[in-house]
Amino acid sequence: MQIMWDAFYDQFVVKGGYRNVLEGLRNTIIIAILGLLIGIVIGTLVACVQVAGKRSKVARGFAVVGDVYTGLFRGTPIIVQLLIFHYIIFSAISIDGLVEAVIVFGLNSGAYVSEIMRGGILSVDVGQLEAGRTLGLSYPATMLRIVFPQAVKNVIPTLGNELIALTKDTSVAGYVATMDLTRAFRLIATANYEFMIPYLMLALTYLVIILIMTFVVRMVERRLRKSERR
Amino acid sequence: MKDAEQKSLCPEAEKAQLPQKRVQTEKVSAPKFAKSEKTPVEPTDPNAMLEVQHLTKRFGQLVVLDDISEKIVQGEKVAIIGPSGSGKSTFLRCLNVLEDPTDGYVFFEGNNLCDLKVDINIQRRRMGMVFQQFNLFNNMNVLKNITLAPVHVGLQDLRKIKRKNFFTKISNLFRGKNKKRALLPVETTAKEIRENAVNNAMRLLERIGLADKASAYPSTLSGGQRQRIAIVRALAMNPKVMLFDEPTSALDPEMVGEVLELIKELADEGMTMVIVTHEMGFAREVATRVMFMDGGKIVEQGPPSEVFGAPKNERLKDFLSKVL
Ligand SMILES: Nc1ncnc2c1ncn2[C@@H]1O[C@H](COP(=O)(O)OP(=O)(O)OP(=O)(O)O)[C@@H](O)[C@H]1O
Ligand SMILES: [Mg+2]
Repeated sequence: MQIMWDAFYDQFVVKGGYRNVLEGLRNTIIIAILGLLIGIVIGTLVACVQVAGKRSKVARGFAVVGDVYTGLFRGTPIIVQLLIFHYIIFSAISIDGLVEAVIVFGLNSGAYVSEIMRGGILSVDVGQLEAGRTLGLSYPATMLRIVFPQAVKNVIPTLGNELIALTKDTSVAGYVATMDLTRAFRLIATANYEFMIPYLMLALTYLVIILIMTFVVRMVERRLRKSERR
Repeated sequence: MKDAEQKSLCPEAEKAQLPQKRVQTEKVSAPKFAKSEKTPVEPTDPNAMLEVQHLTKRFGQLVVLDDISEKIVQGEKVAIIGPSGSGKSTFLRCLNVLEDPTDGYVFFEGNNLCDLKVDINIQRRRMGMVFQQFNLFNNMNVLKNITLAPVHVGLQDLRKIKRKNFFTKISNLFRGKNKKRALLPVETTAKEIRENAVNNAMRLLERIGLADKASAYPSTLSGGQRQRIAIVRALAMNPKVMLFDEPTSALDPEMVGEVLELIKELADEGMTMVIVTHEMGFAREVATRVMFMDGGKIVEQGPPSEVFGAPKNERLKDFLSKVL
């Protein structure tokens, strides 16, 4: 046991492995959160054209594009997407690995978020839309002011899940693009083939991050629910 | 009835639920244009507030409204009665084209609501609608529910005037000294629009005795309170006509009275209204005309004394014997 700790200490502190870990931690969080934000923007737009596609020809055209996009990104593993972006799409231009990871994770999560948002919009009673329209509000205005806020509130828990799933997915980012938590600990582990402590520490780090995220999502959820029951 | 409510929640019904193309493009409705050439695209009676011509509505193969032509003039209180599934709600919803007619025309104050050139959002401001399920906006408090639409359209109009003036000013730069175009008067400010809307909403809330609920959210209110607020929300737009779709059917019995009372007050003030109801006593008392619908047609109509007192149609007699 002592040997394991010594080996870990050697790699982590003396050889400066902690710097990788800190960078990896930062990158993991950046990729997860920025990825989700990009995903929310893309996913919301896709969900909107998909919902509006039921009533407008123009939107239907965009909706088909949205369907293809979600199909592609949900139908292939994220690691494959990373490989394709790294070695094919971004191969000609020099692009920072972190930026690349944020883009790929953003696009990937957009495909999932679009489904979440679409479900959220459809879960709002059509009566809300009808009431807005009969008061003389346009379709976009009604969606924006009435349906959308309710949809967002409905999907906050699911978006929280998406954030957690995305955070765990970032563990593959290090294979292609950039430093991340998993890669940082893997470097420590493989330096002297003492796996136990680095990998248990790795698991613990993810666990703590995700517990914190869960807590924050719960808080937001409760806040939102309270605002409607006064 | 349950069936229709359920259906409207599932995505396949979306097309029917989200009207924009105001004439439905169904395969079965191919004769649409052939027929519209024959029918006049003008209201036959310029004085009618609402007029429908050859109004037909199909859901797939199901004919829900069957070639209805009807007029409603200012000040009339029309009660629509009839068995479940006879098309009452659909008829009412076609009056403000919440449901796109498959065929025929709807005129409101002479404007053809089925014409895509007519801005439906402007026409709907003058037609209030009250739903069975209240449909208060769940994400807003009572005050916001009432002021949302007046503020929204007020600001919209204000922006439109300002935009026009902006372009007039620019084009005036290129005009001769005495050829300049006049600007439209800007009579109000955004702040004033908001204040007026709030004042008006509070006045309406006081009228129904719910001023203390202004900052409450709909989920905390009783059904009767919600429906009365839904009614004043519609009134806040100063509508010319009010459409009610079974306004008391979702209420507990002890709350029916307060809602009917409010509707009756409106009627006494001279509001034109069309009301689908199962409250026969109320229809008899308040309506100036009662329509009995069955199988997508208006089978019999007349003053309440005749429809209730001396029904001629067999199905009406049958219906009344069941509900009275
Ligand atoms: N969106 C829809 N899609 C398909 N069918 C519909 C739709 N809306 C209504 N219908 C059908 O049209 C018929 C008439 O419905 P409508 O709601 O107008 O009846 P109603 O007279 O209002 O009945 P109730 O008294 O039960 O409210 C019903 O058979 C219903 O199932
Ligand atoms: Mg009905």
